[in-house]
Amino acid sequence: MRYSAFQVLKEGLTGNKGWKPAWRDPEPRQHYDVIIVGGGGHGLATAHYLAKEHGITNVAVLEKGWIGSGNIGRNTTIIRSNYMLPGNEPFYELSMKLWEGLEQDFNYNAMVSQRGIVNLYHSDAQRDAYARRGNSMRLAGADSILLDEAGIRNLCPDLDYENARFPIKGGLWQPRGGTVRHDAVAWGYARGADSRGVDIIQNCEVTGFTMDNGRCVGVDTSRGRISAGKVAVCVAGSSGRVMSMAGMRLPIESHVLQAFVSEGLKPTIPGVVTFGAGHFYISQSDKGGLVFGGDIDGYNSYAQRGNLPVVEDVCEGGMAVMPMIGRARLLRSWGGIMDMSMDGSPFIDKTAVPGLYFNGGWCYGGFKATPASGWCYAHLLATDQHHDVATKLLLDRFKTGAVVDERGAGAQPNLH
Amino acid sequence: MLIDHPLLGLRDAAEFVYLGDASLINRPDPESGSAADQFYEYLHLRSNNAGEHRELWYHEQGDRSWLVVTRNTLTHNITRVELARDVAQRNASGEPA
Repeated sequence: MRYSAFQVLKEGLTGNKGWKPAWRDPEPRQHYDVIIVGGGGHGLATAHYLAKEHGITNVAVLEKGWIGSGNIGRNTTIIRSNYMLPGNEPFYELSMKLWEGLEQDFNYNAMVSQRGIVNLYHSDAQRDAYARRGNSMRLAGADSILLDEAGIRNLCPDLDYENARFPIKGGLWQPRGGTVRHDAVAWGYARGADSRGVDIIQNCEVTGFTMDNGRCVGVDTSRGRISAGKVAVCVAGSSGRVMSMAGMRLPIESHVLQAFVSEGLKPTIPGVVTFGAGHFYISQSDKGGLVFGGDIDGYNSYAQRGNLPVVEDVCEGGMAVMPMIGRARLLRSWGGIMDMSMDGSPFIDKTAVPGLYFNGGWCYGGFKATPASGWCYAHLLATDQHHDVATKLLLDRFKTGAVVDERGAGAQPNLH
Repeated sequence: MLIDHPLLGLRDAAEFVYLGDASLINRPDPESGSAADQFYEYLHLRSNNAGEHRELWYHEQGDRSWLVVTRNTLTHNITRVELARDVAQRNASGEPA
């Protein structure tokens, strides 16, 4: 069924009895051309683009729990393409362009809201670095505007401009950045893939890889053995756990990142604002809640919950830049498990095992990359060639020295 | 999290700096023929266990000792804390960890 205003009107007048489930609940078949391990945003996007752009529809997405139960349901919903390095920025700009056409592409309301993102700077050196970053973004076709203090005051009048320790001198503004309804991204991609014949199989845990003469030819699951032409792992957060079943060690540590939502307030935060003198980022949801976060806790964890010192650290960052939020009450906080790669950049690559592909290492930036990750992974699976914008995101880059160290810090800042 | 320091007793984990997998104690031999490969694996690849994990913590805001903490990454439960010095000496003398 195609969703439209007409459908809403028609169903409204006929008691809403005609709506169908947005995707089927099929039994797994014996064989698929491609099996995607992990029904999160990236896995479902990969399935959608495999079917839509490459005509490969004999595909299954295997999900241990329910689709969208991982980091696509646990992030702070920010989209942006304000990266700098040539190995990164064209990739994230492709993602931004795909976000802009996403709702029409998969016929689902993902509430893509381009309210802009502004990174504040607090010193001359930081201004120069942001000017350089802004120019680098423009070279890749993205938008960026360097604002001075007057420009920031106009955009965000409610920040603390009297702070002598962290004076706000301006910011790098990307007006096309913003937020997206994160769960709807998973559901929209699931519906798009399903309508083209992809089987989305929930409650189906992969328990091992089937090997034949050194080649990966399928997976063992909690619902039986399934054979496949290609197996595509896409389980960021659990990459270490899943790839260890193939005997592989990765340049990744799993860490916990916390996020927070306040009670609903009247509109006060325009778009996304990030603090440049600490690690704090904030936006306001359509329901009025302040959605914010900061650093990872900093130790290996698969627990999906963090500890209080980081809560304090994040709130201190918030109070330093906008003390007005000090009396807002915290409604919820939660933790998600990040694949922290050693240089802070992701992987979309073949592995040393023929037939086995890997997508992961998204650190704390996976959500914004969802469309491009699916697009480039589908391209790799369909053609065995890296997409033009994802040629640097290789698994062996630490061996060759061709790291993509955007922040210069991966899991442990003292590694570099 | 509280870390039961072998010399100082229970200390807040916030006093410590985290380094990661305790295998970082076992530095490869730079003179070895395959040193480049060994250092690549030593520096960049991780077992990244879900469950029991032996890891290095540095008591920066305390006595500045390095500890090997055995902690469950699924529950954050700490089961064993040793001085990294003792572990390194044991490793060097070939005793099991």
